[in-house]
Amino acid sequence: MIEVKGLTKSYGDFLAIKDVSFTAESGEILGFLGPNGAGKTTTMRILTGFMPATSGTVLIDGLDILTNSLEARRRIGYLPENPPVYYDMRVEGYLRFVAKLKGVQRQSLDEAVELAISRCGLEDVRYRICGQLSKGYKQRVGLAAAIIHNPSVMILDEPTIGLDPRQIIEIRKLIRELAKERTVVLSTHILPEVSQICQKVVIINDGRVVLEKRLDEISKEGSLEDVFLRAIAKESTGGLLAEAELEEVEAGRSTSGSL
Amino acid sequence: MRNTLTIAGRELQAYFVQPVAYVVMTVFLLLGGWFFFALLRRFELVLEMYAALRSTSGMESLNLNQAVIEPLLHNLAVVLVILVPAITMRTFAEEKRTGTYELLLTSPIRIGELVAGKFLAAALFVLLMVLLAGIFPLILVIFGNPEVPVMVSGYLGLAFVALCFVSVGLFTSSLTSNQIIAAISCFGALLLLYVISWPAEAGEVEFAGLLRYLSLPEHFSQMARGVISTQDIVYFLSLIAIALFLTQRSAESVRWR
Repeated sequence: MIEVKGLTKSYGDFLAIKDVSFTAESGEILGFLGPNGAGKTTTMRILTGFMPATSGTVLIDGLDILTNSLEARRRIGYLPENPPVYYDMRVEGYLRFVAKLKGVQRQSLDEAVELAISRCGLEDVRYRICGQLSKGYKQRVGLAAAIIHNPSVMILDEPTIGLDPRQIIEIRKLIRELAKERTVVLSTHILPEVSQICQKVVIINDGRVVLEKRLDEISKEGSLEDVFLRAIAKESTGGLLAEAELEEVEAGRSTSGSL
Repeated sequence: MRNTLTIAGRELQAYFVQPVAYVVMTVFLLLGGWFFFALLRRFELVLEMYAALRSTSGMESLNLNQAVIEPLLHNLAVVLVILVPAITMRTFAEEKRTGTYELLLTSPIRIGELVAGKFLAAALFVLLMVLLAGIFPLILVIFGNPEVPVMVSGYLGLAFVALCFVSVGLFTSSLTSNQIIAAISCFGALLLLYVISWPAEAGEVEFAGLLRYLSLPEHFSQMARGVISTQDIVYFLSLIAIALFLTQRSAESVRWR
């Protein structure tokens, strides 16, 4: 379970996110949406303890990410935007390293690595060097590293980016499976993905949460696309800017629609 | 402790997988061999000269420790000034650039363990280099009769110098995500440590004593001469401690911004 209360992060004068609050229950997939530069990655980095917020709190299964950091971090599986693989390591060696780093006990190390490899479909590339893998495989290695220590909370920054359609389906299936007994927060640009696998949606724009709703409530109001566009358009005060943004998003929608 | 070893293991592996380790060691030992050869030739020449002059006092004053090992150690230390930046430049900078830093900092490990692991790996690597350079005195022991304890003291000094350099290198690497900037600033810092006492030697200046104390060769030459004093050991250890402390702070600083 993740509880986020009043997160604010400023870099000097620039306010990246402002008063962001939401909760994600166990067994729930939360879709974290927003246009580019809205503050998604910043929020996720704060959730994972990579950097602290200027103010506000994050509780991971009731543990504060700042004051109880090691214990909280042990429960998090995090896939950053760019999968953090070492280019000079082999897939298996890398996963073994990550498992040790995440505190997997020595006797269950082999098991954890095997499970992650089979779950993410990495059997064919296990002895390949990470740097030589395609984008899609790197993404899967990153995902395998994120689940290797059986975390109770998973934070995935655009997990399906760079994958081919078949892999996307597989990874979505995997995420859905993992979410049964876990809390999953995933950020994405692909709206159909959200309607397929998420139970809850948080939309962030300009560093502020503009919508937090369960997906079944949203479907009563109309399609997710319309809700998303309305939510982010309402926020932008300058009419011209709103229109420009709308067009941008619509362009994005048409490409994602053709996928 | 386990985390430190995990980090150190990966680091060491990286040194040998990316062929940095082999290149650095080859260059170090090749240059070392060349210096050794040159110094030995000169020793021979001077010896022949004294023999021709029938100067027994001259021949007695000449010994392998002073004429070969001591200058060799100083030369190797200078080579380390150039090579250590190449060894340590990637430690933090590369992690920051490729994004693996995010993995490390979101893992349940302390920054201190991370720094300790990286230091341990780099330290083992340079100690291996110093150990391999032990082949030169070994040759002298086989074919001549130098004083072994003096050589051990000198190599101990070289090991301390290498460890100091490594900790400075870790610090400069932790400051940036650019490996070249890390290497150049490390090189600059090490060279400065080497020449910091020059103004004091040129004549009486203010803080001459301080500059001499800060100068690394000042302490190293004591050990190369065979004098192991607590003062020098304290100097080396405090330099390492300060550099590692700064590294820890700097590695942590992404959390402050």
